[in-house]
Amino acid sequence: MLILTCPYCGVEADETELAPGGEAHLKRATVGDSDEAFEAYLFDRANPKGVHFERWRHAYGCGKWFLAARHTVTLEVYGTYKAQTPEPTKEIVAAIKKRLPEWEGRG
Amino acid sequence: MSHRLDGKGRLIDRSKKLRFTFNGKAMTGYAGDTLASALLGSGQSVMGRSFKYHRPRGVVASGVEEPNALMNLGEGGRFEPNQRATTTPLFDGLTATSQNHWPSLEFDIGAVNDLAARFLPAGFYYKTFMFPRFAWKHLFEPFIRQSAGLGQVPKEPDADRYEHVYHHTDVLVIGGGVAGLAAARAAAAGGAKVMVLEQTAHWGGRAPVDGGQIDGLDPETWVNNAVQELETAENVTLRLGTMGAGVYDHGYVLGYERVADATPGDDRPRHRLWRIRAKQIVTATGAIERPLSFPGNDVPGVMLASAVRDYVVNWGVAPGRRTVIVTNNDDAYLTALALKEAKLEVPAIIDVRATLVGPLADRARKAGIKLMHGKAVVGVKGKKQVTGVMVADLDGKSTPDAIECDAVAMSGGWSPVVHLWSHCGGKLNWDDAEAMFKPDPARPPLGADGQGFVLTAGNASGAMGLAEALADGHEAGRQAAKAAGGTLTRKAAPKAPETERQPLKQVWIMPTSAGPDKRMKMWLDYQNDVKVSDVQLAAREGYASVEHTKRYTTLGMATDQGKLSNINGLAVLSDALGQAIPQTGTTTFRPPYTPISMGAIAGEARGELFQPIRRTPMHSAHDAAGAVWEPVGHWRRPFCFARTGETDMEAVNREIVNTRDNVGMLDASTLGKILVTGPDAGKFLDMLYTNVMSSLPVGKCRYGLMCTENGFVTDDGVVARIGEQTWLCHTTTGGADRIHGHMEDWLQCEWWDWKVYTANLTEQYAQVAVAGPKARKVLEALGGMDVSKEAMPFMTWADGTLAGIPARVYRISFTGELSYEIAVPANRGAELWAKVAEAGAAHGIQPYGTEAMHIMRAEKGFVMIGDETDGTVIPQDLNMGWIISKKKTDYLGKRAQERSHMASPDRWRLVGLETLDGSVIPDGAYAVGEGFNANGQRNMIGRVTSTYYSPTIRKGIAMGLIQHGPDRMGEVVDFATLDGTGTVIKAKIVETCFYDKEGAKADV
Repeated sequence: MLILTCPYCGVEADETELAPGGEAHLKRATVGDSDEAFEAYLFDRANPKGVHFERWRHAYGCGKWFLAARHTVTLEVYGTYKAQTPEPTKEIVAAIKKRLPEWEGRG
Repeated sequence: MSHRLDGKGRLIDRSKKLRFTFNGKAMTGYAGDTLASALLGSGQSVMGRSFKYHRPRGVVASGVEEPNALMNLGEGGRFEPNQRATTTPLFDGLTATSQNHWPSLEFDIGAVNDLAARFLPAGFYYKTFMFPRFAWKHLFEPFIRQSAGLGQVPKEPDADRYEHVYHHTDVLVIGGGVAGLAAARAAAAGGAKVMVLEQTAHWGGRAPVDGGQIDGLDPETWVNNAVQELETAENVTLRLGTMGAGVYDHGYVLGYERVADATPGDDRPRHRLWRIRAKQIVTATGAIERPLSFPGNDVPGVMLASAVRDYVVNWGVAPGRRTVIVTNNDDAYLTALALKEAKLEVPAIIDVRATLVGPLADRARKAGIKLMHGKAVVGVKGKKQVTGVMVADLDGKSTPDAIECDAVAMSGGWSPVVHLWSHCGGKLNWDDAEAMFKPDPARPPLGADGQGFVLTAGNASGAMGLAEALADGHEAGRQAAKAAGGTLTRKAAPKAPETERQPLKQVWIMPTSAGPDKRMKMWLDYQNDVKVSDVQLAAREGYASVEHTKRYTTLGMATDQGKLSNINGLAVLSDALGQAIPQTGTTTFRPPYTPISMGAIAGEARGELFQPIRRTPMHSAHDAAGAVWEPVGHWRRPFCFARTGETDMEAVNREIVNTRDNVGMLDASTLGKILVTGPDAGKFLDMLYTNVMSSLPVGKCRYGLMCTENGFVTDDGVVARIGEQTWLCHTTTGGADRIHGHMEDWLQCEWWDWKVYTANLTEQYAQVAVAGPKARKVLEALGGMDVSKEAMPFMTWADGTLAGIPARVYRISFTGELSYEIAVPANRGAELWAKVAEAGAAHGIQPYGTEAMHIMRAEKGFVMIGDETDGTVIPQDLNMGWIISKKKTDYLGKRAQERSHMASPDRWRLVGLETLDGSVIPDGAYAVGEGFNANGQRNMIGRVTSTYYSPTIRKGIAMGLIQHGPDRMGEVVDFATLDGTGTVIKAKIVETCFYDKEGAKADV
């Protein structure tokens, strides 16, 4: 039962208020892209034992999608940020590095 | 023989006698008794039979760890199996029966298993699966089913109610013993909001039984003072009878409160599930004593030393008149002294340690008790009750001496209750001196901020002496308050005199040189009948992992989840594997700490409150008209409107015939209605639908299909263009919320710079479909709008006022008939429904339900999402290539549909099916082709997706996905039936549309 802070409405939301949406920062592949690129977009998902970037929706709250950086083992949350963010923000990366100096970024 | 003592018992009230029955026999106890203490007080020491060998079993423990004394409690709607007698409060009129015996507790036929124990070794079940194949079905399974199983399954609905309650706190202390109370006092003094849960009905834990001094007071007085102080503090909430069941991510805790177990029918909820969010959690959960593994350690009368002490001091009950103590540590001496003080005989303390020194040994000697050092129990005499023990040197090599006794109090040391610490990832260290796994404070469960959120206190930390436990508890409370935003209190910690404890000696089996005969009589897991020999066999058979050994032997898999057996079991396993205990490690601790009732988990969610029901504005009108209800998502929709004397299917057929001949009316309010508006709305809908929506003229309607990014059909419906920048998208009933979410996902997460706004208006409108050749006459009778073909052609819509109600009328048809769908504000829906019925009466209007709707659309060959599609079907499979825009460069699903497998000519494609004999193909039937697959089954070449009796053409019709289907028009295919006879139904492949192929009837 995680608690994540919705970056839109500021609510510290219980997991029961949220709906998970899988890996964040996927780049859409479409018409004109190779089969391999399209397969990767549709099916290849990171499954790290460590820092993970996820999509969440504040489904029983303001309804907004947001992103979260979270450790899949310790459940530490490095931060949440708006969905309209193509890459993890500088602040999020700094928060992760502060706790995990050896972290090498998104694989 | 167990019996009640005169005058003793700090928890019972001898002025209040309570009557109860055990296996139908009337017995009495006192207020404050548990069922276990009352049974012991009544001389009943056999309380059950074991799971596998049906051996007679007595109570071993006095608390939640009890493995043997499991009872069926109550009757009828209050019957509940597998309840521990040790945690069941006695009340007047309680009825209990023992479990796992046949025909009676005293004489049990299954006990023959005990004689066959050699043939039921570890992994017995798994071995029976292996060979020979016939034996499982005809021999093993009937045998196991007959003999295994604990309590019976309740047969009636639960007569009680249950509730959930939410609570937020800074600090949650789990455990109300002296360490927990010390922690709560310190946390409260630090300004934190504190909650304390105690699973039993009393504060103070073991301290009032074990004695000592706290702040110069006896423990009981100190506990009373501390509780009084906490009760008056505004920032403290205390709950007795409430167990901390589990610790979950980010400080979520479930508390299980047994509110009215002892007062059935008093109208209060029986159990309450506390859903708690705590910033910091202090687990002051105490420790559990371990049994010793000696031959015959399961004979009734052999008990934990601490439990013997509890029964004497708390309930004034003696398990026996002559009790032998066997121990590897100091603690059991307290039991010997308590028995002596109660004027009971203690013939000997058998201690495995070579030298017996220290204050407790001295006190025992002074009390006149015989101390035997370096000795072990090497055998127990008696079957249904201990009659004596055999004592020899620890290695078992000396000639055993017999000591007569009727009870044995054993202590193999203590294991801190680390369950709640471990639930969410807290790690353990092995303390070899104390022979225990203790929480490692450096590796706690982590919260959202990456900091620990669980602290341990007292015995749960491995701080075993009273002084250490109090200091540890106080410090845990201080730190918890600080971490939760409070301060570190300067209040002094409660103090107890330091006590000198002699080191324990690790002895995991006794005698240490025991041969196979003795090892197969040493019980580790009493409830599941797992013995030392079973664990050793598992090790020999290659089970090196403790998790595998657990499952293979069932050690620790009983309802007590190994509270007594796990450490002893893994010590034996480690020894068998020749490795140290920490190398073997523990199995995983999972919530709940002890079983909690299904009722508590369900809470209020039963009956009408199980799930919210969505009702349309016309719901009560339908109900009054005799609607047969069908759940559609969370909605309830009329399946049909059956008249008196009519079967449901007769009603459906009548509704269809009447709609086709005259006119019918359908409550279509549940259809999804999503408004999409904004400068980029057209562009957005062109991405969402396979066809073009941006080109739709204002005032017109167009059918559309939506696919997932994977290319598969996900929803369909009619889109109406309302204005230059505004479209209204109809979705399926079940799809409205999902599709709205799908739209929002793409708008928020992919095309966030597109200027589009969506709103789910599904419940804002009531909608009535009026369909049939006389539909126009009905709308004309309603009056107020020109509904002629010229003013409102097919696939258009218009706003206006109908029968005085503001309405939007769509000329769309799902029946194939002339049809109008009238949308009005939801609060006018019931009024509209009544007015349509009134205006239509002269034209023979009848309401029709969802089944008539389904059949009429199938007669027309219209697909139904969820029937013709199942998440693996692309529009091309449905012969709906016509709805896929060739002009658009992109839409959701386009790239996916370009994949080679999607373009394969071998895909199953939609066709109509007409049975040769007019019968109806069973739902879900498969079309079978030539030959057999690798499993010996007929090869499949397709399946039925919709199948009905059509009252319009008076025979069975169906649609199905068939390999090369559209290329095989006129061919006959076989559909396998499911009756097991191998018979097939023959059906001819035809076009999907069975009725009005030209579409002339809708467009009039």
